[in-house]
Amino acid sequence: MMVKRRKRKAAPERTSIFLNGRIVGTHPDGKSLAQRLRERRRTNELSNQVNVYYNSKLNELHILTDKGRVRRPYIVVENGKSRFTPELMARIKNNELNWNHLVKMGIIEYLDAQEEENSLVAFSEKDLTPDHTHLEVDASNIFGVVAGVLPYSEHNSSPRITMACAMAKQSLGVYSANFNARYDTRGYVMYYPQQPIVSTNIYRALNLKDKAAGQNVVVALASYHGYNMADAIVVNRSSIDRGLHRVAMFKTYETEERMYPGGQKDKIELPTPEVVGYRGEEAYKHLGEDGIVMPESDVNGKEVLVGKTSPPRFLEEISVFGAVEEKKRESSLSLKSGEKGKVDSVMITEGPSGNRLVKVRVRSVKTPEIGDKLASRHGQKGVIGLLIPQEDMPFTKSGIVPDLVVNPHAIPSRMTAGHLLETLGGTAGSIGGMLMDGTAFGGNTEEQFQEILRKNGFHEDGEEILYDGLTGKQIKAKIFVGVVFYQRLHHLVSNKMHVRSRGPVQLLTHQPTEGRAREGGLRFGEMERDCLIGYGASMLIKERLLEESDKTVQLVCSECGSIATHDYARNRDICPICQSESVEPVEMSYAFKLLLDEIKSLYIFPRIILKDKG
Amino acid sequence: MKSTKKTSVKIPPYEAVGVVCAQSIGEPGTQMTMRTFHYAGVAEHVPTGLPRLIEIVDAKKEPKKAIVDIYLKSSYARSRPEAEKVAKELASVFVSDVADVEDDLEALTIKATFNEKDGKAQGVTFNMLKKALESFPAEMKADDSAVTLKPVRETKTPAKASEKDKDKKEKKLTAKAVRKLTQKVRDSIVRGIPGIYKAVVLKGQDEYFIRAGGFNVIGACEHAAVDPKRIYTNNIKEIERVYGIEAARNAIVREIKDVMDMQKLFVDIRHIMLIADATTFGGSVKSIGRHGLSGEKVGVLGRAAFEETIKHLINASAFAEEEKLIGVTENIIVGQTVPVGTGKIKLVMKVPKKK
Repeated sequence: MMVKRRKRKAAPERTSIFLNGRIVGTHPDGKSLAQRLRERRRTNELSNQVNVYYNSKLNELHILTDKGRVRRPYIVVENGKSRFTPELMARIKNNELNWNHLVKMGIIEYLDAQEEENSLVAFSEKDLTPDHTHLEVDASNIFGVVAGVLPYSEHNSSPRITMACAMAKQSLGVYSANFNARYDTRGYVMYYPQQPIVSTNIYRALNLKDKAAGQNVVVALASYHGYNMADAIVVNRSSIDRGLHRVAMFKTYETEERMYPGGQKDKIELPTPEVVGYRGEEAYKHLGEDGIVMPESDVNGKEVLVGKTSPPRFLEEISVFGAVEEKKRESSLSLKSGEKGKVDSVMITEGPSGNRLVKVRVRSVKTPEIGDKLASRHGQKGVIGLLIPQEDMPFTKSGIVPDLVVNPHAIPSRMTAGHLLETLGGTAGSIGGMLMDGTAFGGNTEEQFQEILRKNGFHEDGEEILYDGLTGKQIKAKIFVGVVFYQRLHHLVSNKMHVRSRGPVQLLTHQPTEGRAREGGLRFGEMERDCLIGYGASMLIKERLLEESDKTVQLVCSECGSIATHDYARNRDICPICQSESVEPVEMSYAFKLLLDEIKSLYIFPRIILKDKG
Repeated sequence: MKSTKKTSVKIPPYEAVGVVCAQSIGEPGTQMTMRTFHYAGVAEHVPTGLPRLIEIVDAKKEPKKAIVDIYLKSSYARSRPEAEKVAKELASVFVSDVADVEDDLEALTIKATFNEKDGKAQGVTFNMLKKALESFPAEMKADDSAVTLKPVRETKTPAKASEKDKDKKEKKLTAKAVRKLTQKVRDSIVRGIPGIYKAVVLKGQDEYFIRAGGFNVIGACEHAAVDPKRIYTNNIKEIERVYGIEAARNAIVREIKDVMDMQKLFVDIRHIMLIADATTFGGSVKSIGRHGLSGEKVGVLGRAAFEETIKHLINASAFAEEEKLIGVTENIIVGQTVPVGTGKIKLVMKVPKKK
């Protein structure tokens, strides 16, 4: 019951020295030792990868040389003065020095998570005090590589930055320069990628414009007849027709001539009608003589890409007339149902086990459609809610028609002011004919943008008078229009859309299959069932769970209560257990019939007692 | 038929009250799960929220933290000092509360040194301590402030103890036994009612009452100042034992309602009453689940669908049980309309006789 408060152990008088977590000795003054070690590192007597951390509470000194520590660079500060002087800056501009020189000279050093605890880092040079030990190389360095790519993040709320980072990774662009030579299982390539007008220094440092993933589009912040409610986006159909956010999807299908025990082998060929499971002439119409599709042929639905036959599954199937008449099975590779495209290229190689391997790459164009997902770089995502022709879009007096109409309700509660600033910067950039810098804590300012807009005869806060495309009347409110970098995210409806009315069922339970890939149904689950019970909708439950699922009519022996069979030879129903012919058809779920079978496997004999309905 | 407020409020026949009740409590209950576990680590906290709800629904013999609210007869309930006096008389004082109990394993004795200060605080005298220690099987020696016990072996009944046994069994007392006894001495009660401890006086609406740990309702009622009609404990099984099943039903309703109110979840009291009725209508408090209500369903399939499928199937086959397809689950399994709501309504009509 009594909890004695443990006395904190006094720190030992001599500092314990740890090397990579293992104790190696002691020292009378760890703090000054740490400082001396750091000096040596800065004068290159120690490797710059060594980090030193002194814990004054425990009086421990940790020297870390391990691999796998995350480290980041800082400018060294001495007596409140940055070691990085304007002279050095000038020498860098003259190409006399580079980053590695600065590291060697002890002007820039890398700290790990531990040594950071011993340092006080100034955010900018003017914040420096004598207590500071380091200075950020650039204020925007506090963001990582991914967040550093986003413009004006210092004007956005942090959750939106997180979301923008997550979404930037889903954007479609040019994922690899050699995409044409690759056979990725799935890949998207954007038709006309653009570099953003407003970018950041990290974006430029990474040279991301060479693998851009998005386009600069004209965005109007307005509501449009309710079609952009709740984060929907209205898109100009004419822009899409001109190639806006157009993407090609590549998908690779592959099949192999497998070997079977007994020396049998698959064969890639054009299947003949004798093959078991022949799919009809239509399905094979794109195949060449070798049983492989011709490049650039239009493929659709379940059409075959590579014809293939396999040996029979059971050896007994070999006919009585001798082994010659061997029945082959159809095992062709076909396009997934619901998909279509053009055969982009075909590759015939050898698989890892030396078998013949065929890879077929199918290409299909994915133009933006209702339901596709778009996002700016400020965590402002939305799905396309409506495509409307340019004629019906609002326009300005100079004839600018927005590509996107985004609902202004998306802004205030999410506090993404950076989005608005980028809009302004994008406009200024496109009017002034230059690229803008949106680096956090130091990009181009609002005032600079306004200056450009004013000089070019635009309203300085980016607002425009719009005219309704449907009526031609001036819209009463001024509307904020500007150029924003939008990304298309790889959640395309066409890859997700799924419907079913009738369709395949599972072999075991006779219930509908599950999942889009199997053309499955949507499960009417237990909780849904409970709701119908609660509502008392008895007939509806029966319809969902029986009629639309696994209804069967089984013959039941009215004498012994077991499942009976129909004897086709004598055309009569008979109970296989008691040989009785008084057999009745009973409607039940196939799952129940299965349950009865499984109960029988437990050595329990379940009987069905029949009674008249009523 | 004329529709009045009364008829419109009536539940129609075959309404699935149970499912609606389960959903009405279950839905807000999901929010409770998220909240209660954040209270983790609070010391000696009476379980509330989901843990408490589970306790009630599982019909636990004893709650994790049993509490008894003792109301006093009006003459005692007026003033705090009066009530505090009663509280002191009720709450049990352990030997270890008023004395330092040490064992001497060499001499095989137990020494209890009375602590004057603690004794005064608890209102216990040295003589009371002595009296409490008398019942132990030991020789007692006392000076002015300490009692020394010399434990003796309890002698067996003389008939059983034969000559041979005497030699062998009359071993010396072991140190282990002394240790054990020491603990027993510490835990024995000097004064008060066993099973009631840590009594605190609280202010009720216009009277003082005592809240204590434990649930010895009968013990507490023997005290002259206690009003036996109003005593309450959160131990439902104890209420059932002392006051009967109807009281237990009301206690269940009250306890569940308290849990829900504390979480600011508002559930219609009739749903809670249905649960209380369902768990008590058989004459004893039953749990909901395998060992209670769900385990006692009539249909084999219904039971098998819940838990321990194979056990139920095998037992049913051993006794040639017949499934009458009365329940909801049973009918769904078989693929028939469910005997709820529209499923129970049948059309009855007279077929005109053919001439």
